[in-house]
Amino acid sequence: MAVARMDGSVEVFHCSDRFFQEKIIPGREQCGIEGLSWVGERLFSAGLNGGITEYDLTNQKAKYTIDAYGGPIWAIAGNQQGTHLAVGCEDGTVKLFEVNEDSIQFERNLDRQKSRIVSLSWHPSGSKIAAGMMDMIQVFNIETGHSLHRMLADRGVGTSRSKECVVWSVVYLSDGTIITGDSVGMVKLWDDQTGTLIKSHNVTKCDVLALSVSQNEDSLVAGTSEGIVVQFQFVSMVLEKDDKEWVRTRTFRNHTHDIRAVAEITTAVVSGGMDAQLVVRPLLDKIEERSAASALRKIHFPHRRLVSCARKSGLMLFQYPGHLELWRLGESEGKGSSLFVKRNPEKLLHLKVKGEDHIRCSAVSPCGEWIVYSTASTLRLYRLHCDNNNISITKISKLPKVLSSASQLCFSSDSSHLFSASAQSSVHLVSISQSGCKFVGTLKPKSGERTIGFLAIHLLAASEDGKWVASANSDHEVHIYNLQTRKAHCTVPVYSSAVTAMGIHPATNCVFMMHADQQMFEYSIEQKQYTDWSRTVQRKGLHRLWVERDTPCLNVMFSPQNPSHVILHDMYMLCIIDQSLVRQTRIQKAFSLIFLILVDLCIYIYIYIYIYICLLFQLPAPIKQKKFAT
Amino acid sequence: FRFVLCTSGDSVKVYSTRTEEWLHSLQGHTNQVTGIALNRANHLQVYSCSADGTVKLWDFIDGILIKTFIIGYPLFAIYVSEKHDGIVFLHIAMDTDSKNECFQLVAVHLPKSAEQEVEAKELSAVSSRISPNPSCTAFGREGQYIAFARHLQLNVYFFRKQKTYSFSLKATDKKGAKNAFTCIACHPADDCIATGHEDGKIRLWRNFIHTKEYTYSTQHWHHNAVNTLCFTPEGTNLLSGGIESVLVQWQYGAGNRKEFLPRLGGSILHVSTSSDGQLFCTSHSDNKITVIESSFKVCGVIQGLVKGDAVLTDLMIDPRSKALVLNGKPGHLQFYSLMRDKHLYNLDIVQQEYIYEAGLDQFEVVKAAFDINGYWLATVEERGQKSSDLEFVLKLWAYDERTQSFVLNTTITAAHTDRIISMCFSSSEETTMLVTTAEDGQFKAWCQGADADTQQDQSFWSCEFVGSYHNLKPTNCSFSADSSLLAVNFQEVITIWSPDTWELLTTLCQPPGVVRDLCFGRLSCSKYLIATTTRNLLCCWNLLTCALEWSTSVEVSKLQPDPLSENVAAFSYQSKHTDLFVFKPSEPRPLFTHKNMCSEKIHRAVFVPREEPLNNCDESSQWLNRSQLYFLTQNMDLLTFSTATEEDRMLSSSKRLVIDDSVAVTPFYLLLGKHRQQQQKLNTPSHPAADKPQQPQGSVTITELLHTPAHVLPAASVLCSMLVSSLLISNTGVRKDPLREMESSEQEMNSEKEEEHSEEEMEACDSQQELRAQGSVDEVTPKLSKAQERELKRIRKTDFSWMTGLIDSKP
Repeated sequence: MAVARMDGSVEVFHCSDRFFQEKIIPGREQCGIEGLSWVGERLFSAGLNGGITEYDLTNQKAKYTIDAYGGPIWAIAGNQQGTHLAVGCEDGTVKLFEVNEDSIQFERNLDRQKSRIVSLSWHPSGSKIAAGMMDMIQVFNIETGHSLHRMLADRGVGTSRSKECVVWSVVYLSDGTIITGDSVGMVKLWDDQTGTLIKSHNVTKCDVLALSVSQNEDSLVAGTSEGIVVQFQFVSMVLEKDDKEWVRTRTFRNHTHDIRAVAEITTAVVSGGMDAQLVVRPLLDKIEERSAASALRKIHFPHRRLVSCARKSGLMLFQYPGHLELWRLGESEGKGSSLFVKRNPEKLLHLKVKGEDHIRCSAVSPCGEWIVYSTASTLRLYRLHCDNNNISITKISKLPKVLSSASQLCFSSDSSHLFSASAQSSVHLVSISQSGCKFVGTLKPKSGERTIGFLAIHLLAASEDGKWVASANSDHEVHIYNLQTRKAHCTVPVYSSAVTAMGIHPATNCVFMMHADQQMFEYSIEQKQYTDWSRTVQRKGLHRLWVERDTPCLNVMFSPQNPSHVILHDMYMLCIIDQSLVRQTRIQKAFSLIFLILVDLCIYIYIYIYIYICLLFQLPAPIKQKKFAT
Repeated sequence: FRFVLCTSGDSVKVYSTRTEEWLHSLQGHTNQVTGIALNRANHLQVYSCSADGTVKLWDFIDGILIKTFIIGYPLFAIYVSEKHDGIVFLHIAMDTDSKNECFQLVAVHLPKSAEQEVEAKELSAVSSRISPNPSCTAFGREGQYIAFARHLQLNVYFFRKQKTYSFSLKATDKKGAKNAFTCIACHPADDCIATGHEDGKIRLWRNFIHTKEYTYSTQHWHHNAVNTLCFTPEGTNLLSGGIESVLVQWQYGAGNRKEFLPRLGGSILHVSTSSDGQLFCTSHSDNKITVIESSFKVCGVIQGLVKGDAVLTDLMIDPRSKALVLNGKPGHLQFYSLMRDKHLYNLDIVQQEYIYEAGLDQFEVVKAAFDINGYWLATVEERGQKSSDLEFVLKLWAYDERTQSFVLNTTITAAHTDRIISMCFSSSEETTMLVTTAEDGQFKAWCQGADADTQQDQSFWSCEFVGSYHNLKPTNCSFSADSSLLAVNFQEVITIWSPDTWELLTTLCQPPGVVRDLCFGRLSCSKYLIATTTRNLLCCWNLLTCALEWSTSVEVSKLQPDPLSENVAAFSYQSKHTDLFVFKPSEPRPLFTHKNMCSEKIHRAVFVPREEPLNNCDESSQWLNRSQLYFLTQNMDLLTFSTATEEDRMLSSSKRLVIDDSVAVTPFYLLLGKHRQQQQKLNTPSHPAADKPQQPQGSVTITELLHTPAHVLPAASVLCSMLVSSLLISNTGVRKDPLREMESSEQEMNSEKEEEHSEEEMEACDSQQELRAQGSVDEVTPKLSKAQERELKRIRKTDFSWMTGLIDSKP
């Protein structure tokens, strides 16, 4: 499932892997996306800047952008055959593009209309297309390019009479029914043979912004600007007879603001909107077996670490789409249950990105001397000079050519090397020093029998002793490289779920991996096998409450005091896993987890919540409605 | 569609939807009637089931019992379906469960036989473990399936497939929903089941032949449990009602489009529609039926004795209208005519909008008292009984002759510093005085006096005297019959005051035990003061000697003196049942004892004066001759004692009803039949109970003339003479009988509406009595000659004089 955000970024979620956010393609300034369309395995987007963009999902970046020359594009739709792409433009034209092997090519315009095309939907046969416009819906014949029907949508009553009715969304079913959602709050069903209205449902007092129909066309969801999702089902009114009707059934209220996009994916309804969260509401009647994977899921935060920490100097780097912030942690005195804050945290640096591209990844070195970030096109390395209160940075010029762009960045523990994950699943090793930086080598996985290119790396972890580095890519592969030989050391057996966080234990040099389905593994690098502890955990199984959590773990850390403590955190909690406990006490099911909040680490979560709350404050007020009438 | 049927105790009452009048009741069950259902095969017939274990089939238009089916188990609800002819579905209690909490649904095949009483033996269980709530079961489209819910589970049983589909909901969710089912309705044409839930949601279930892919949509308007759901016959609308007393009409298939009909009274318990969908009917918790047109307009209200949450006031008799007065609608006093068993009107005491929501603390009328003439009414309303900050207002209402109702005269907001416990008016005719006792240890006397500041001729009430006794808490106060003495009890001590001088005359004390109730004797026993204490003692003091006359050990929950006789009724609650003793204060032996009267405690009772005294020779029922005793149980059932002759009369009238159908009742026949009936009545004066409704005769004829359609009226000449003659007779009758004169003047005082009503009832009564006439008159003559008329008149005159002579000689 692909999701486009207002800042132009496109995220790809894996529906069967607990909606893990596999890929993030950062956006650009001034690039609002209005529509997304899959054509086969290819993803296209169109936006108000008038361009159609195809994405390279392997390397997680935009492949190319073609201008449609029709003004801002409001809608994009690909046909089911995968041959054509239609875009609806501000100038009133529906433009057809032919999808070629490696690009798309303009074919022709359909009959030009007077008002802008707001929504588009292909008939599943690919011979007709329905377009929603201001105050009306048009049906075009693809062969001739002429309009077949023109159906007028009613304006609202009263004061909204003067406002034109925007047909925000349209769905064309294979039986010839056209379903539209408009700004009057109606979901209307039309017959494309006669061009007449069959039925209309008043869903809301405000706009119906999005519609989506299920694969087998028996369920339809509509998202409204009140923040509710309404489900319609195609059910027979008299049981065991075939005269079916669309009946409004369920209502889902999970959003506080406008819902801009909905998708009915048969087992669930996915909705996203202005409140920046993505809600996956399972449809229990379609799910064979209820499990943790089929629970209601709200995705607020990216499944990526956007904060990096310089442990030795107490600096934290926060990554925003357009800038970086460097903070120095506060200090506290004494030990005990309540700590007094001696020095408040302070913001040291606000680094704006050059150019229009947004930041893809960033890192701060453990010594706190180096800051690196990468956009889709450039990589920049800065050196931080910090003497008391004077902070200055200098950009390191003359970077090696391999460091043109990175999908993930990581410093070695002694800050002497920078690891930069690049295309083809390879990791570049660059040594950095006062004098400058020097390319050392490239770590490549054993290609083996694989012929297709490797996917982009989204996680990197370096060992404390500087011997090993581990990388995880979106194919769920974890490669471990020996830094001394600069060769691939081994590959962890591929697990079915994506790796969400990993770390190398400083003492035992075991890779600790967390997966999207909340399973945890520990793999010994030296012995090239899973550790006993990991096998025990897998044999005994994890506790139900642990498995049913709905956010993936984002970080793996190891307690310096107690080597058997592994510290994990996700969006909502920090937890410490005591590896020694499992070995000693043979608890059957209840996997002993000690949940503990650590004051220092808590800051991670605060920051995420802070960002989220800031975002909420920036939002316009949701539509006001009276809860209780008098 | 002209009749509304409702169950009422052990009978089914039939009301007309046009006039809202009670037509007749279908009597025959020996226990509570628990359910009624129209016979689908014959729309003029109705099934009723009762806890006595029988199902009866009635012709409800004529009120005839057609058949009785004996099932043998107590029945709790009845359902019929179109598809299952000759089968009724009944709720019976599970045999295994002693607590009656488990019910099963059984189908009973009703045997076809000509006999009146048939035993139906063919029982087959449809489902066990169903909800005890009868509205949680409903038949689906064409009787193909039955849906029943219990707690959180909805079951749909298909008769053809013989398969049950079950759907359950979670008890609650994060948002605090309460999902227990409260009622069910099935769409008549589509396969759609509407269910109501405890938190006010309405769910519409579809596709329920799939255990997984079933679906439902949720509507939420009610803020509390949905009590009832009903689809209109065409299925275009769904009606729902709950505690909010708002009838909501949901448009079927149009999402949340809905209409409201608010402020219907008490919470809505049932909704039903007529088979043509023109009329809706709602029944309310305050004993009311509202008839509503399909255009959502109330077109009729059938009001019984208003049943509130609790009766906080005493039962009282309005001395003017002789109506029973007690708490009615929240914040109101209701006036209820016991003679005609009809609700007269509600008097708004609190004068604030009542909010229909559970758990709110709102003003309630807690005390009320009439003075002896019925000219003044004193009320106390209270709020905050549960919380610490108590608010109460004492209001005095004067009767306004012009508007024929009570008008607020004085509002006293801080009559006492703490709540008022009791109050009473002085019983003398000349001065009206109100005495209130309160928890602050004081009693106050209030008098009417002209306010010096305002120059109006209106007079308001002000405090005249504040009395207290050793800082004890007064509880009861009572005036003696001639108002020369006021008795106020302060815990164990009864103090006697003179209202003229406000002098403490004497104190009476009989410890231990706090005095619970006290009253003075009446008439010849007015020198006695009777009091009950918490230590199960009934004491009687002679006020002339100030000594204890007698006392007896009996636990008395309510002491009620009869204003028209010396008798005092005492209700005693012992070992879980109530006994009634009636005694005269002069002698410690009871006149009448009724052991084990009912199982509940009686706190409210009243003696209602009879319109005319009975002359009963029976020793045991003599105390009922002048007035009737009504009492209220904790279930809000109003019960009364009746004499043997009254019972006979009621029985005979009901028997007459049954043989009614052999004569065609035309208005014409009614008109002429009445004369014969009157004749008959006068010839048999030994049966005085039969002519109970004593009405001015003339007006009956007039209204009948006016109400009868013109094309069925006899010739004008006939009518004219009849009219004149009937007027003449009534005049002579009134002149000669002083007692009757008083009554007729009383009746004239009543509002026009009431008179109309009484005429209607008169008609019903007439139709019964004319049958009696049938025996004496052999053939029905359509016209009467003037000579015959004159003859009739003559007979009547003579008879009347003879009868009044008899009456005069009687006492």
